[in-house]
Amino acid sequence: MKKLEEKIFKILMIGSTVLILSILLYILYVIMKKGLPSLSWDMISKIPSGGFYLGKEGGILNAIMGSLYLIFFSVVISLMISVPVVMYLNFTLRRKSKLAAFARLTFDVLFGIPSIVYGAFGFTVMIYFGLQASLLGGIIAISLLIIPVMIRSIDEVAILIPNDLVEATKSLGATNYETIKVITRQLLPGISTAVLLSVGRGIGDAATVLFTAGYTDSIPTSLTQPTASLPLAIFFQLSSPVEEVQNRAYAAALVLTIIILTLSFAARYFSRRLSKNKI
Amino acid sequence: MELMTAPSIAEQPTPKAKSSSGCLRPHIEVENLNLYIQNNHILKNINLAIPDKSITCIIGPSGCGKTTLLRTFNRLHDGSVDVKITGKLFVDCEDIYAKDTEVTHIRKKMGLLAQRPCSLPMSIIDNVVYGPRIHGVRGKRKLYAIARHQLNAVGLWEEVKDRLKSPASKLSIGQQQRLCLARGLAVEPEIILGDEATSALDPISSKTIEELFLSIKDKYTIVLVTHTLRQAKRIADYVAFMYMGELIEFGTADQVFNHPKHKLTKEYISGGFS
Amino acid sequence: MLKGRLLKDRIARHYMLLATIFSIFILFLIGGGLLVKSLPIMQEKSLWTLLTTSNWRPFKGDFGFASYILSTLYVTAIAIAIALPLSLLTSIYIIEYASPRILRAFTAVVDLLSGIPPVIYGVWGTLTIVPFISEKLAPHFVEFSTGYSVLAGGIVLAIMIIPLIISILIEVFSAVPKEMREASLSLGATKWQTVKKVVIRKSIPGIVAATVLAISRAFGETIAVLMVCGNFTDLPKSIFDACYPIPALIANNYGEMMSVPRYESALMFAAFLLFFIIVLFNVISRLVLIQIDKRYQL
Repeated sequence: MKKLEEKIFKILMIGSTVLILSILLYILYVIMKKGLPSLSWDMISKIPSGGFYLGKEGGILNAIMGSLYLIFFSVVISLMISVPVVMYLNFTLRRKSKLAAFARLTFDVLFGIPSIVYGAFGFTVMIYFGLQASLLGGIIAISLLIIPVMIRSIDEVAILIPNDLVEATKSLGATNYETIKVITRQLLPGISTAVLLSVGRGIGDAATVLFTAGYTDSIPTSLTQPTASLPLAIFFQLSSPVEEVQNRAYAAALVLTIIILTLSFAARYFSRRLSKNKI
Repeated sequence: MELMTAPSIAEQPTPKAKSSSGCLRPHIEVENLNLYIQNNHILKNINLAIPDKSITCIIGPSGCGKTTLLRTFNRLHDGSVDVKITGKLFVDCEDIYAKDTEVTHIRKKMGLLAQRPCSLPMSIIDNVVYGPRIHGVRGKRKLYAIARHQLNAVGLWEEVKDRLKSPASKLSIGQQQRLCLARGLAVEPEIILGDEATSALDPISSKTIEELFLSIKDKYTIVLVTHTLRQAKRIADYVAFMYMGELIEFGTADQVFNHPKHKLTKEYISGGFS
Repeated sequence: MLKGRLLKDRIARHYMLLATIFSIFILFLIGGGLLVKSLPIMQEKSLWTLLTTSNWRPFKGDFGFASYILSTLYVTAIAIAIALPLSLLTSIYIIEYASPRILRAFTAVVDLLSGIPPVIYGVWGTLTIVPFISEKLAPHFVEFSTGYSVLAGGIVLAIMIIPLIISILIEVFSAVPKEMREASLSLGATKWQTVKKVVIRKSIPGIVAATVLAISRAFGETIAVLMVCGNFTDLPKSIFDACYPIPALIANNYGEMMSVPRYESALMFAAFLLFFIIVLFNVISRLVLIQIDKRYQL
């Protein structure tokens, strides 16, 4: 009887593993199959021209550049906040400090908040400051989104740094700031991984930019101009009745997927270099 | 009774005759056992007979393979992909490394006491009766009786009788090790294996465990890997000395400690290396 | 020389403290900001009306969120019902039964795929799941279904959160000490018994945490669901009917927000609702975990 139970579950387990693996790979396959035919050099190097939405010339460069701009500035801002926060929590405050515990709790909650809430809030902030839908608006929303992601990711590595190392530097007469400078150098691989993870999260998210970044056919030249983004490019073009345009959505989807996969590979590579015990 | 003559200088004492199944071998008998971890030859041609109902201590410098050997007794290496084992190991005349041997009934015969007490994530009483439950024993009263008996046997009953349902992890480390012993005894094994079972404990708890072993050795065959010579001197009936994966010498405690035959044994006993 | 160093240290300390306070403050800013923006509509209609009626006619001033709330719950429930068992089964197999090589390969795949943006799942959903439901599955059960449905939303969401749950579970199961498994095996338990009674038991806090995170993700996911759920306000009568979860509501209508009075406030209220439910959920589950830890000290 017991043997039977074990056998049944074993079949279920293997079945479920195979199922999940196949579905995930199938998704990649479909995206490639639909996107590859429409992927051309023109597609990624040109912005939409006049008849683009009717199926004529142009490409998605506006979305590609837009997404790159958005994520670049967001990462910079986010780093300026996240790194000091993690350093403060781990190397300035005492490990058992209540502030640190409360902060971590807050960040965990923020981590679980859906991106549309960040988008809606970003929109509120924009209205409050009188901004239009623009690159800046998108940056604000995305930064808020990825700050918890970055903090969590860097914190995970910072926590591993043994106390003795910190104490050793301090006992040599270094100030807290100087100690942190030393430690930051050690944490660079961890920070890079965090950046990669945040980029992955931020670049593909549609809900944050939906309200805040607007959409346009051109590449923005200033922070106050609206900007296109890859997720929105995919979304809007998919809903077009023109098949040509739909195909371009698939191409954009493929481009986005390739970017994400490359980032994931890189993040894994870095995190492997960091910890020997990772699976 | 034939003596097993090993390639090394080890000499086996005459094992007591087994009564039950007409099995004439000693309780545990290792025959030409070799163990490889990823092509590293870790255990080299071990031939060893563990006598019944006595305490056998396996001693040797760290890294000599004593824990590895102990874990072959209840096939704990089964889960490791990199481990290859050749040779035979007879428990009650059954070669446990023969093809298709069912392993759970063998493990049931043996209780393992690990170095760090590992209580299962459940209450004290659930820990003790975990084994019997697995093997089909039912009935609250019956299980309670088993728990009471075994906890008494290890001297833990008075300390925990009022909180049997509380999590086992709340006990002190010495109490947890005794709990693990009670848990092991509850499946009514014939053999008890101890892997440096007292090394993580304070001296008083260690002493308690040692005394427990002494008090039950007339009912169980006990094999202990010990990290200190002193412990072996205190409680061993038989001693096996290992070095670099080989069994160098085996004999009664008196023989090995007072009249060691092998030079290496002599050096180790006198504290030459560790 | 020393003065300069101390000054730098002071500045750094203040900056770090500021950054930390700001980051903590974000949570309250978001909650407060959205709440403030929702006040107009909350003052106009009672909370009860907002939450329990399903009249949604913005131009007439009717804002009843009930069917949206129910849609969201519906879709999330289906997603979890599909994702949790599959993730558990797979994770257990990968950790306990599969060889280390399979483990490494599988974790690599899961890691890579957990980064794929929701919009891609949405695209894939419209290409594969929706037609599948409409043509192959639904005809067995109902007369007609466009395929854009609760079920489609649930399935797409499930596939999205499975990598998330699996990656957490794999870590959780790996954290169970080897000695514990060996203790169980040494008593004569089979591998499966060990998994059931020891590994899973010890991992309960982790499993709960993974589920909570998964539910949060599913609850608030916008674009993937939006593309396959049908965006139809009426309460779905079966899983093959279209639905309209809250995130989709917000996303679809933000453009019209400014044109109708109270519309913006209503949508901000919807966002606040999401925020509140998820934060509450997170806090409650954290308390539950603390309790489990105290009582059972796993």
